[in-house]
Amino acid sequence: MVHEAVNQADKESRSEAVAAAPVHVRNILEVKNLSAWYGNMMAVNNLTMSIHSRSITAIIGPSGCGKSTFIRCLNRMHEVSDGGRVEGKVLLDGKDLYARDVDPVEIRRRIGMVFQKPSVFPTMSIFDNVASGISLTRLWSRKRDLQDVVERSLKKAALWEEVKDKLNQSGGSLSGGQQQRLCIARAIAIAPEIILMDEPCSALDPISTLKIEELMLEIKKDYTVIIVTHNMQQAARVSDRTGFMLLGELIEYAPTKEVFTVPKDKRTEDYITGRFG
Amino acid sequence: MPRETYQRHLREIQDEVMEMGGTVEKALEWSMQALKNRDLELAKKVVDNDKEIDKKRFAIEEQALDLMSTQAPMASDLRILLATLSVITDLERMADHAAGNAKVAILIGDEPPLKPLIDLPRMNEIVIDMLHKSLDAFIHHDAEAARQIVSRDDEIDHLYDQVFRELLIFMMEDPRTITRAERLIWVGHNLERTGDRVTNICERVVFMVTGKMEEMNISTY
Repeated sequence: MVHEAVNQADKESRSEAVAAAPVHVRNILEVKNLSAWYGNMMAVNNLTMSIHSRSITAIIGPSGCGKSTFIRCLNRMHEVSDGGRVEGKVLLDGKDLYARDVDPVEIRRRIGMVFQKPSVFPTMSIFDNVASGISLTRLWSRKRDLQDVVERSLKKAALWEEVKDKLNQSGGSLSGGQQQRLCIARAIAIAPEIILMDEPCSALDPISTLKIEELMLEIKKDYTVIIVTHNMQQAARVSDRTGFMLLGELIEYAPTKEVFTVPKDKRTEDYITGRFG
Repeated sequence: MPRETYQRHLREIQDEVMEMGGTVEKALEWSMQALKNRDLELAKKVVDNDKEIDKKRFAIEEQALDLMSTQAPMASDLRILLATLSVITDLERMADHAAGNAKVAILIGDEPPLKPLIDLPRMNEIVIDMLHKSLDAFIHHDAEAARQIVSRDDEIDHLYDQVFRELLIFMMEDPRTITRAERLIWVGHNLERTGDRVTNICERVVFMVTGKMEEMNISTY
């Protein structure tokens, strides 16, 4: 298998961070020369990469390398941070997210986000937690439609069976792992094209983590997932392609098997083998 | 450097492979000495030591498994461990071939010699030299050195051809020599197989360094 990965790698460009897409996938997102700052501090430095649709892309790197800032640029969340500033382009199906006529709220609907700590609304019921995003985006017209969307989203988030009899209970009554799946259900409910996940399992126990990973593999059939993780084994287990960032730069971006077996760049090698980081 | 203990264990495993390799070199050397000098004690020693080499192989395998299960090695570290598992299997088989030759020495016992042994010791010398260099390439992670070693396998194949033809003539000319000649053919065959195992080690060194699997020299036999 390593052999195949290496042969595959040979066919692809070794020097460019933009890896060529196989025929059956398209690049849903094109990031071009993206830089991001907090005030005077540059967090992302001239980053260029393509994201394949219906796949999982993992971004790994040591703390402070800019990986969370990077994915927050992908749905225009970075610009709402204190001193947040972005340069460069992020093209979603060819349209620049940073163009003047683009509504950031619409972008955040098309590119959803799941955070490190499950962000359930504790005073809301499980049902309302999922429905809240849909209500804001007015994607439903009748109450029946709303119920259907909530059920479908909870099913896709592999939570339906566990909560179907207690939809009116508080979202805060669920376990950490269930809460995170509830957040994924809420993200799915607004029918995004891309789901960004920022360390979605770092606050979860191993069993809940594996459930979320299984869920990621399931939802990638319908959505494009970009995950930032400190957990290299997690990146290796779930992602199709992995990008390694260091000091704001994208050092290497290639099929995951290749990055974890035969990385091209010594800095990637040193990081994933634990020689620094 | 973070993960110092892990890195130390990884180095120790490679050192253990070198130690095992040294024992196998000794087994090859002693088995030929036993054949040449009709030294039955030495031959028995090679056969006995083979059990120790088997144990060593399992011990290294266990250490590699421990590191894999507890440290989640990646990239070059993972390749080192995969190569290690393969190299120790080849070393263990080489030791079996050396023990096989020692058993031939025991079988021959004090039978009159069929012919002076010239080509077989020469084959053995080349095999030991190749093995030594392949282990050097392993410990120094030197893919280029590994690539150069395999070409010598042709010399071994050539010598085996020569031994085989010569012994065939003996057997055709005088059928009473068949049993003795056949035993020497076994020795030649064991050495030829040992040479192939060195090629396997070299292939693993190249994989360990580059991540590429290359079939480097397809034996005639």
